[in-house]
Amino acid sequence: MTISEFFAMGGYGAYIWPAYGLTLAALIINALVPIYWHRRLLREFRQSHQRQQQLQRKNHDV
Amino acid sequence: MFGIFYRWSSPAYFYHQSARWIPWLWLLTAVLIISGLVGGLVLAPMDAQQKDVYRIIYVHVPSAWLSMLIYSFMAGAAAVGLIWRIKLAEVMARVSAPLGASFTALALVTGSLWGVRTWGTWWVWDGRLTSELALLFLYLGFIALQSAIEDRRRAARAGAVLALVGVVNIPIIHYSVVWWNTLHQPATVTKLGAPSIAVSMLIPLLLMSLGFMSYFAAAVLMRARCEILERERNRHWVLDLVKVHDNK
Repeated sequence: MTISEFFAMGGYGAYIWPAYGLTLAALIINALVPIYWHRRLLREFRQSHQRQQQLQRKNHDV
Repeated sequence: MFGIFYRWSSPAYFYHQSARWIPWLWLLTAVLIISGLVGGLVLAPMDAQQKDVYRIIYVHVPSAWLSMLIYSFMAGAAAVGLIWRIKLAEVMARVSAPLGASFTALALVTGSLWGVRTWGTWWVWDGRLTSELALLFLYLGFIALQSAIEDRRRAARAGAVLALVGVVNIPIIHYSVVWWNTLHQPATVTKLGAPSIAVSMLIPLLLMSLGFMSYFAAAVLMRARCEILERERNRHWVLDLVKVHDNK
């Protein structure tokens, strides 16, 4: 079997590859969502933590 | 035994422990899916009737199985959350829904691509297709309900009721091909007795299905960890997480 035969899939490539492509895309997107979600949360926590520390320092100076 | 259960249901304990499992689950997912793809697209023989188009089965059937499996998991978790008020169970139910909806949509779309070539139509109001579409709407309804109610604990209770009512649809999907034998082909793998599919075609299908299950386990744990942080953002252990980061 040559590479082009493999991609042609016996003439059904136009149906098979979109099915596999969409599946792959959905799996990748669903794996990336929690990665960015986690990053965003840690960034938010860090920012609010820093704000609190600045506030404490300011109160201390006064 | 009960001690282990109690510890695992603690959000902080779960958050830390699950981080150790996730990389292994991704590795397992990759091994299973890659070997399933090689087996299904390269090694498995062509189908005598359907020729090569049948190869859509290796993404269609695992997606469809997962769509039902995830729903059962979601409804089970929602029931545990409703009865015993276990936070982790509520979290699991909530974060399963988008994954379940994705697999349901995939089952419908890949089935449509398969159907248009073998049946000559994208869609028919056949029992299997219609009940699978109902499953998608159940997931979307659950997700909409979760985002409509601000208080996460109240949202979990409302969602649990919806999820449990919707469980009725799961046996309907399974038996739809028997009850309304219109267009969708009947079960070949899960039917009683021996599956009527060649072993060289069956093995990649099982590998892909296990791969999808392992994928779900990894993805749902990752989402659950985020959802736990959302809920516990003002707790000490979450604040400690940030302090540890600062010291690095």
